[in-house]
Amino acid sequence: MSTATAEHHDHDDHGPAKGWTRWLYTTNHKDIGTLYLLFALVMFFIGGGMALIIRAELFQPGLQLVDPLFFNSMTTMHALVMIFGVVMPAFVGLANWMIPMMIGGPDMALPRLNNWSFWIMPFAFLLLLSTLFMEGGGPAGGWTLYAPLSLQGGDSFAFVIFSIHFMGISSVMGSINIVATIFNMRAPGMTLMKMPLFVWTWLITAYLLIAVIPVLAGAVTMLLTDRYFGTSFFSAAGGGDPVMYQHIFWFFGHPEVYILILPAFGIISSIIPTFARKPLFGYASMVYATASIAFLSFIVWAHHMFTVGMPLAGEMFFMFATMMISVPTGVKVFNWIATMWRGSMTFETPMLFAVGFLVMFTIGGLSGLMLAITPADIQYHDTYFVVAHFHYVLVPGAIYSIMAATYYWMPKWTGNMYDEKWGKIHFWVSTIFLNVLFFPMHFVGLAGMPRRIPDYSLQFADWNAVATIGAFGFGFSQLIFVYVVLKCMRGGEKATTEVWEGAEGLEWTVPSPAPYHTFEKPPVIN
Amino acid sequence: MSAESSYYIPHEAKWPIVGSIALFLFFLGFGSVLNGGNWIIMAVGGALLVYMMFRWFADVINESENGIYSKQVDVSFRMAMMWFIFSEVMFFGAFFGALFYARIFSGPWLSGLGEGGAAATNAVLWQGFDYVWPTNGPGELGGNFLKMGWFPLPIINTLILLTSGVTCTIAHHAIKDGDRKKMVRWLLATVALGFLFVVLQAVEYKEAYAHLNLKLSTGIYGSTFFLLTGFHGFHVTMGAVILLVVMLRGTRSHFSSTNHFAFEAAAWYWHFVDVVWLGLFIFVYIL
Repeated sequence: MSTATAEHHDHDDHGPAKGWTRWLYTTNHKDIGTLYLLFALVMFFIGGGMALIIRAELFQPGLQLVDPLFFNSMTTMHALVMIFGVVMPAFVGLANWMIPMMIGGPDMALPRLNNWSFWIMPFAFLLLLSTLFMEGGGPAGGWTLYAPLSLQGGDSFAFVIFSIHFMGISSVMGSINIVATIFNMRAPGMTLMKMPLFVWTWLITAYLLIAVIPVLAGAVTMLLTDRYFGTSFFSAAGGGDPVMYQHIFWFFGHPEVYILILPAFGIISSIIPTFARKPLFGYASMVYATASIAFLSFIVWAHHMFTVGMPLAGEMFFMFATMMISVPTGVKVFNWIATMWRGSMTFETPMLFAVGFLVMFTIGGLSGLMLAITPADIQYHDTYFVVAHFHYVLVPGAIYSIMAATYYWMPKWTGNMYDEKWGKIHFWVSTIFLNVLFFPMHFVGLAGMPRRIPDYSLQFADWNAVATIGAFGFGFSQLIFVYVVLKCMRGGEKATTEVWEGAEGLEWTVPSPAPYHTFEKPPVIN
Repeated sequence: MSAESSYYIPHEAKWPIVGSIALFLFFLGFGSVLNGGNWIIMAVGGALLVYMMFRWFADVINESENGIYSKQVDVSFRMAMMWFIFSEVMFFGAFFGALFYARIFSGPWLSGLGEGGAAATNAVLWQGFDYVWPTNGPGELGGNFLKMGWFPLPIINTLILLTSGVTCTIAHHAIKDGDRKKMVRWLLATVALGFLFVVLQAVEYKEAYAHLNLKLSTGIYGSTFFLLTGFHGFHVTMGAVILLVVMLRGTRSHFSSTNHFAFEAAAWYWHFVDVVWLGLFIFVYIL
């Protein structure tokens, strides 16, 4: 890229660059999407390995396998890896692959920035994971890094903070790119209200990311200065307040929760109409519901802090604001059900995952409604009931949507159909073990078992043993997913252009596999 | 050039991976410094980052000057800059939020005002603490100190930044009229005012440390004062450097009356730091 003439856009030269540096230097949205997705898959197994260490320790009461500090750093790292290293990059990877194709654009708006957004991630996680091998161990105060506990950890603290800054840079750049792409790269005639819901949900998610990732950066910067530069933002002795950290953190943290689920809503809204062979019920209401959820996500943060000490008016406000979110979410769930109503449905693997999402995400949503009730939450707070709640919305929610999306769009990516039999086996084995893993956490949580503790009272022993069996079953059954993905990448029955009988959208009008550059000329949109 | 008819997609980009390595080294080195290590890795990372930006921007500038970019690319750049500034607004929002929270909630609660446990907290832990802003807290961290007044340096700095906003706008009108020389002259004034602001801010810090005993460790007042003004000062420095680059490009006959987005982006950024300063001046210095 030394001279401008070398970059003269030659319309006959369309293939990917040769050699491994293709992946290092690529500006192609499909290459970068693939990189994001593969990165997320690798991190999924790293984060999953940490979860299995946690569950192995919790198989029996008492301390067996790991020392408590390491256990704590496992719970901390598991969350950071799964949130920032798996779900977010996987969604960005899907956005990279699908948004330009869905809106009839040639590529992302800022292709070089796109490359940078991805290539930050491996380095950021190298920095984060390296803290596990530093003196004093990795961060062990929980992924929320609450002051003052997080300030009392080992020397690795600075690296943890910087790795969060580092991934934040990636997230903000990636989101800016997605917003610019959606606003600026649409084919003529692709009006906002014709965009597929995956594009809509990502537009709103990207806005949330740009709004709150800098707030997280500010919060952890104050942690850094409190630890290393003698400030007292979160020290009462200096006139600050540790609770202030929680407020600022959750001002980021609650919109973050929707960042992890809104693109999933978009995916499910693509898949269900295809396999029900009916248009999505209530498209406009889906868009407005998504926007309402995004708005409400900014005014509910303190429901994570009901027990920390807040004026009563605050507790009441945050309780009712939180419960209000169930209205737009309910709109979505009912729209999906109405889409399926009297459809001529078939249950290929993507649809199985989508229906699994619908059922189990709703379970997580309903336990969320329970947690929203302040007086009840005082009982549930920091118990395994909370763990059950957010794992039900994140695993059969976010993760299932990513898997559904992979099965759904993989034929378009690779040009080959995946192995339907093993896909279905993957779904059923995962779903059974997942419920064995997470459902008992409701019981031990309601009975009072605290989260983030490596040991527990004998009364919780049976259900913890069950959950651990479920955890190992779920974890190892993900190897089936890897098998199906690799097999599909290597070959298989050739996919047609449309792939799915009832599929609608521009991505199904281009050949499978999608050519390296799609839509050099804008498609015609009716 | 066929760029008018289709979108321009750069084929490969070598600088992003260099940027990732640079940032990695910078953060790794900074972390080591905070734990008592030396500055070498951090300096190497920082230098590599600056080099990367220089080369990456040079490529983009060459492409722009050679007319490769279409109108659509221009719009993408504009959107990216606007959303970047929005992210910066939220970043400052976190620090302003900390200031407001400390002043409106933490202080009164520590002195026993408010419902719930505030009275007990005060009685048991911080008996006799009366909250008056500015405060270094019930522990009186950093010892006795004096408040940084709004006169004379901060009000002078306010006038400097407001004036620089005006000179920047004059420069903008100049380039819109196609008068590049006039643009360079007024940008020079803007950049000079920007750096003057930073110098005066440094003088103010020296004053705070030397005469007011106001330090970063002076409780919540020192923390919020130095972090807010410090981050703002950093942004002014960045903005002045960006304007300086734009000015130097102007001396090399870049920009025309219709094609000068780099100038506009720099100007937007400059007005943004200006507005943040007004917030700071009101909430940190006056109130």
